[in-house]
Amino acid sequence: MTAKMIRWAAAAVAAGIALTATVASAEEKAVEFPLLKPARQEWSFAGFFGHYDQAQLQRGYQVYKDVCSSCHSMKLVKFRNLADEGGPGFTEDAVKVLAATYAIEDGPNDAGEMFERPRLPSDAFPSPFPNDNAARAANGGALPPDLSLIAKARAVHRGFPWFVFDMFWPYQEQGPDYITALLTGYQDPPEGVEVPEGTYYNPHFINGVSLRMPPPLDNDVVEYSDGTPQTKEQYAKDVSAFLMWAAEPHLDARKELGLKVMLYLFVFAGILYFVKRQVWRGTAH
Amino acid sequence: MSGHSTYVPRTALGKWFEARLPVVRLLHDTAVSYPTPRNLNALWTFGGILAMMLVVQIVTGIVLAMHYAADSRIAFQSVESIMRDVNWGWLIRYLHANGASMFFIAVYIHIFRGLYYGSYKPPREILWILGVIIYLLMMAAAFMGYVLPWGQMSFWGATVITNFFTALPIVGQPIQTLLIGGFSVDNATLNRFFSLHYLLPFLIAGVVVLHVWALHVVGQNNPLGIDVKSEKDTVPFTPYATSKDVMWIVLFMIFYGWFVFYQPNFLGHPDNYIEANPLSTPAHIVPEWYFLPFYAILRAIDFNIGPIDSKLGGVLAMFGAIAVLAFLPWLDTSKVRSGRFRPIFKVAFWLFGVNALFLGYLGSVKTDDILFHVPGLDYQAVVWAKLSTFYYFAYFLVILPVLGYIEKPKPLPVSINDAILAKSAPSSAH
Amino acid sequence: MAESDTPAEPTRRDFLLHAAGAFGVVGVAAAAWPFIDQMNPDASTRALASVEVDISGVQPGQAITVMWRGKPVVIRNRTEKEVEEGKAVKLEELKDPLARNANADASADASDANRAAAGKENILVMTKVCTHLGCIPLDESGEFGGWFCPCHGSVYDTSGRIRSGPAPENLPIPPYAFLTDTKIRIG
Repeated sequence: MTAKMIRWAAAAVAAGIALTATVASAEEKAVEFPLLKPARQEWSFAGFFGHYDQAQLQRGYQVYKDVCSSCHSMKLVKFRNLADEGGPGFTEDAVKVLAATYAIEDGPNDAGEMFERPRLPSDAFPSPFPNDNAARAANGGALPPDLSLIAKARAVHRGFPWFVFDMFWPYQEQGPDYITALLTGYQDPPEGVEVPEGTYYNPHFINGVSLRMPPPLDNDVVEYSDGTPQTKEQYAKDVSAFLMWAAEPHLDARKELGLKVMLYLFVFAGILYFVKRQVWRGTAH
Repeated sequence: MSGHSTYVPRTALGKWFEARLPVVRLLHDTAVSYPTPRNLNALWTFGGILAMMLVVQIVTGIVLAMHYAADSRIAFQSVESIMRDVNWGWLIRYLHANGASMFFIAVYIHIFRGLYYGSYKPPREILWILGVIIYLLMMAAAFMGYVLPWGQMSFWGATVITNFFTALPIVGQPIQTLLIGGFSVDNATLNRFFSLHYLLPFLIAGVVVLHVWALHVVGQNNPLGIDVKSEKDTVPFTPYATSKDVMWIVLFMIFYGWFVFYQPNFLGHPDNYIEANPLSTPAHIVPEWYFLPFYAILRAIDFNIGPIDSKLGGVLAMFGAIAVLAFLPWLDTSKVRSGRFRPIFKVAFWLFGVNALFLGYLGSVKTDDILFHVPGLDYQAVVWAKLSTFYYFAYFLVILPVLGYIEKPKPLPVSINDAILAKSAPSSAH
Repeated sequence: MAESDTPAEPTRRDFLLHAAGAFGVVGVAAAAWPFIDQMNPDASTRALASVEVDISGVQPGQAITVMWRGKPVVIRNRTEKEVEEGKAVKLEELKDPLARNANADASADASDANRAAAGKENILVMTKVCTHLGCIPLDESGEFGGWFCPCHGSVYDTSGRIRSGPAPENLPIPPYAFLTDTKIRIG
């Protein structure tokens, strides 16, 4: 009876395969972007005890301010955040002075007119363009994305089986890895590859062979005061770390609390194991 | 709720209360004296884990609703202000977002436990169907919740899912317009989804009460799948089941905390950190992981079946894949409940489990991806999806009905107590 | 029923149960805190805790009202007559004898000098929220020429002290400071 059943099932499966295989076409698979997967970098904020490197965030902010902010907005980050715990660690006074160097339109005042005033710590980072259309018009039709969440909004698929391993040994730094790779990945297009007018070849770009953003970084474009090497790679890493902080400002608090919660749960589970064993003692099951 | 009650109020206040509202008796009979089979394994603790998750989702959800704004212009920003400015907002949102995934992990384990041990078989048909209803409500709640942050995946997920209805001939388009309250997904859609997302958990809680009620009428199934014969087969719920449930709930929390604290975005999609943009669809849209098997089934039907075009066929197959669960009590013709005593069923079941995981994986890749670069197996994903879909339905519609007639089950033990004694006897000889 | 037939040392079992119970209670209490604290003002609200006001345009007899922490704060440039009226009131006549001035000592009396801005007796800065049940009193009205609350009829004098009606306290004075002669920071 059983053998008959297995034979029957095998026949059904074979028939199914044969049927579907005939429908299958051996079409060429589309090219996957990015052409090159980003390299894994070392980050101070990776792992269970990870936390942001304050000096790195400060340098990253400097790179953002001097380079990125001329095209990219960062609407969700407020100046006061620079003084928040687990952030770049500016003093409140420094934030006040910094914010006041940018103007913002406020109003209407009692006369019904809009007016300009210096930014306060409670105001957001300024946007380089008044609206998205102006940003597109100034950048050859491409919209420079807002950078507030970019480090969490970009992740290159790792594919099977990596995503399974990533579940057990947390890897949540795809975003900064990608940004670093992108910023340092510009190169001349290989023989035979045509890139569209006004775009730049970058095999690390997640959405095509080339992008409209010109290579933004080069050695010595930003002056560091703390003696950190002024290389393109260092800038890319620093600004990636800064963008990660901008996207996930409470990472330090999260990992710290996580440690306490996990410790508590493990001890509690241990006690409960002994309770359960005690309760079931002498009861075969 | 079943049988006679053993509750005796001890204090004067207890007696006074008992005569007016016997709610303590109800709790006592449900959670203290209720007899549970003594051979239940850890898989039976997932009911308790699910109850815990429902409470966690409702509590965190109510809190999030205090800060969330269901307006398409500011919904995305309001979620970000929860993440950045609200005290502990990041924790509560990550608990809620990952809580949905944990809820589904637990419910899938719960369902597969029922499938293996035949918990859907008489007299537990109503219990099982109530469970299927809870599962459906959960899927609706999860889908609508995913729309609320108003990211790219929210928006395009809502667009794709509501487009299911356009597959229906004639009435499809008007129904879709009615559901989303416009000609495309927009503010009206977001508002009604928020309203319903708030409502559904309470409906779920209501059906859970019925589910537990039904459970207490017919009693729990057990790994042997045989009926409880005498008191020797059972232990009282408290402290036996409670001590075990609480331990496993805490162990489950460790798993939950692992995601919340160390990889809160692992189960989400990066595109949902980009605000919804009706002008551009993300390159590769996928639903949340818990819908992936059904998504694979939807995409597997890329051919017309007679008068049914591929679009309607896909939608029907997808809903059919869930609906078929409700008919399971009558599709499985075997007299034996537990898979332990069914040698062929066991093979078919495990194959079904692997197949379901595989369907999930297929739902996450592009339909034209080549999965195995091995000559002879280098088919596109959609071909594998067709095969997997075929097995998914064959399991319910062919294998289970036929097996009942041709399979010869192993002999069943006389009672739970006998089985336990037989198991523990050799070891006690040492 | 499954009674364990070995007398399982009750002390050990009790200890375990108590330990588990205590541990659980502590955990639940700790977990409850984020859910309570989330209702407190968030970081963006706290960041707006101070406002700066330019009062150079406020002539004697005029007032401006600004929002501070979601409440109206009135800054009144009082006329000499109003100041005199405020000074003339004897402290015994007052319903609330305390200054209610966040910038002064909590026990300071409600003399006009303790209510007005230090060194600028014509300037009165005050939260314009009735101390009865939170309505907004009307400017320059009521029998004392100060403020009158239309909700339940509380009357305040020219230095914002309660004189009649159900309100128990004088209108509160928020913390503020003069940054320059014409610029005030409230909060």
